[in-house]
Amino acid sequence: MREISYAEAIKEAMSEEMRKDNRIILMGEDVAVYGGAFGVSRGMFEEFGDERVRDTPISELGFTGCAVGAAMTGLIPIVEIMFSDFITLALEQLVNQGAKNRFQFGGQGSVPMVLRAPGGSGTGAAEQHSQSMESWVCNVPGLKVVIPSTPYDAKGLLKSAIYDPNPVVFLEQKLLYRVKGPVPEPGDDYTVPLGKADVKREGRDITIITYGRMVPRCLKVAEKLAAKGTDVEVVDVRSLVPMDKKTLIASAKKTGKVLIVHEACQTGGFGGEIAAVIADSEAFFYLDAPIRRLGGLDVPIPYNPKLEAQVVPTEEKITAAIESLL
Amino acid sequence: MKLSKGLFGDLYLKMVQTRNFEETAARLFVEGKVHGTAHFCIGEEATGVGVCSALEKEDMITQTHRGHNQAIGRGMDLKRMMAEFLGKETGYCKGKGGCMHIADFSVGSLGANGVVGGGIPVATGAALSQKYFKKSNITVCFFGDGATNEGAFHESLNLASVWKLPVLFVCTNNYYGMSTHISKSMNITDIASRAASYGMKGITVDGNDILAIYEETLKAREYILKNGPLFMVLNTYRWMGHSKSDSQVYRTKEEVNEWKLKCPIKRFREYLIKEKIFTEAEIGAFDKKAQDDVAAAVDFANASPEPKIENIFDDVYADGDMRTQKPKNGFVL
Ligand SMILES: Cc1ncc(C[n+]2csc(CCOP(=O)(O)OP(=O)(O)O)c2C)c(N)n1
Repeated sequence: MREISYAEAIKEAMSEEMRKDNRIILMGEDVAVYGGAFGVSRGMFEEFGDERVRDTPISELGFTGCAVGAAMTGLIPIVEIMFSDFITLALEQLVNQGAKNRFQFGGQGSVPMVLRAPGGSGTGAAEQHSQSMESWVCNVPGLKVVIPSTPYDAKGLLKSAIYDPNPVVFLEQKLLYRVKGPVPEPGDDYTVPLGKADVKREGRDITIITYGRMVPRCLKVAEKLAAKGTDVEVVDVRSLVPMDKKTLIASAKKTGKVLIVHEACQTGGFGGEIAAVIADSEAFFYLDAPIRRLGGLDVPIPYNPKLEAQVVPTEEKITAAIESLL
Repeated sequence: MKLSKGLFGDLYLKMVQTRNFEETAARLFVEGKVHGTAHFCIGEEATGVGVCSALEKEDMITQTHRGHNQAIGRGMDLKRMMAEFLGKETGYCKGKGGCMHIADFSVGSLGANGVVGGGIPVATGAALSQKYFKKSNITVCFFGDGATNEGAFHESLNLASVWKLPVLFVCTNNYYGMSTHISKSMNITDIASRAASYGMKGITVDGNDILAIYEETLKAREYILKNGPLFMVLNTYRWMGHSKSDSQVYRTKEEVNEWKLKCPIKRFREYLIKEKIFTEAEIGAFDKKAQDDVAAAVDFANASPEPKIENIFDDVYADGDMRTQKPKNGFVL
């Protein structure tokens, strides 16, 4: 299979579907000629023109709400928020207007839109450009939340997100944008369904449940430990809402040991939810050790590169956490 | 402008229906039949009724928390409105939304809003769809004077102006946001002047003069389809408290009474009789019809079933796939 980057995969998903369905538009700050702050939409303006690839003013609340209204009335907007931290500015429209829409109006309508936003640390962009926002949106009934970890998943999940009739928050991972991986040829029209986890590496001894940028890191740790005789299973949640509890629970049952790894701050983080799901399932009776969480430190992401690297789970910390459970 | 007798009757009937609907709703409150809160627009009937009556079938609106006049103006069904007010299964939102969220997509109402200013960005989005799909339609966005201090207002006027979207922004200026008079929340007296900073035309209309509102809306509609958005301020007054818990210490009885003399319904009734458009008896028949319609709505709502907890997860998420689904909502599709 050919290899393309995570960013290219996202662009391919958007472009291929925009060619097929003229209801789909892309809007956000500098997504047009500039091609997006991370270059994800480069070339799309030239192909689709200014009606379908729209630069917005810097007003996250306004254009996110505009997308909600457009989605209610026939368009399928893809909104890019330049950095996921700025979702805070758009939350009123995303949560009170978009997510609750169908329920509060008695099922009259739906809001088929995707809000794409690059998340995570590791770029030296400091406190206000590095946060992982998933917990903020997972607590909102009516939203779906997706975090792909590979180019293959990114393309397949984004296609599903576009055609989902609900608002989907699609959290891209800045540090993965340039990472390449196998993706089928453009003609090969695959999708990855929302709500399905993926066992990225099978193993017998311990389960790591993770997502996003921590997936490749955990896989790396698993390979290193394999050389030492520990067989680690790595499960990529991929879709946080809806969550594929079955696959997570099955893996926990199989290995009897669970470590949950994510980059976002641990307190109130999504890892707590995963831990509770496992503890509250039949997998509990198969556990040989307590469920452990390894999240980011409860601090904003600092600027200094050495500090920045240390406030999220490192290979060393992941390895130590695994060893403490064996 | 020469209006038909039918239209005169319709404008009058919808205003008295609104008045009657709210007086009845207020009574149901006092009788303890309703919980939560309600925001009444008694005194402001001409605004929503006047604007909505000037719209075309496929135009759309977003409403406010004080929007019974907007709903009735747009032709929503009194029975389903009252059922929603009483939280019944037959209500517009199956009893899950209440009157702060009342909506009827089938007549182009994209919903009332419990968030001050919350519907303003949504309306710009509906207008984006209308423009994108090359419809000759507009979206009307209702909000109060208080909402014009929200970022949502400023961001949306700017966006709509830059993208030349067909939106009519309508501010119902009743001079208060809850207890706060506009003189304490903005350093201007002419709210319409806010439009200037977005390169937009802003106009002010007497919000108690239904004919002026109707005619200005017709003109605005034509203007918008050619030029892009317009901001219209309707100056009026809310007779009742902000909501049911309001003891109204922030204004005098004299002030309220002065505005009661400017009642938009009384004024229109006097006009209709003076111009010999309707006789006293004909007007009386409208009054009677409004009463009967609201009474029938109450009977319908009372007889309707309560929603069931077994259905609570319905409509949290929509099912299906947009590839095969033409969304039924809105008019644009
Ligand atoms: C964002 C937000 N803040 C506060 C409230 C509480 N609240 C509801 S209505 C209202 C006053 C709104 O004033 P205005 O926009 O002038 O509309 P009016 O009630 O006068 O019709 C307030 C403060 C709210 N619902 N939403």
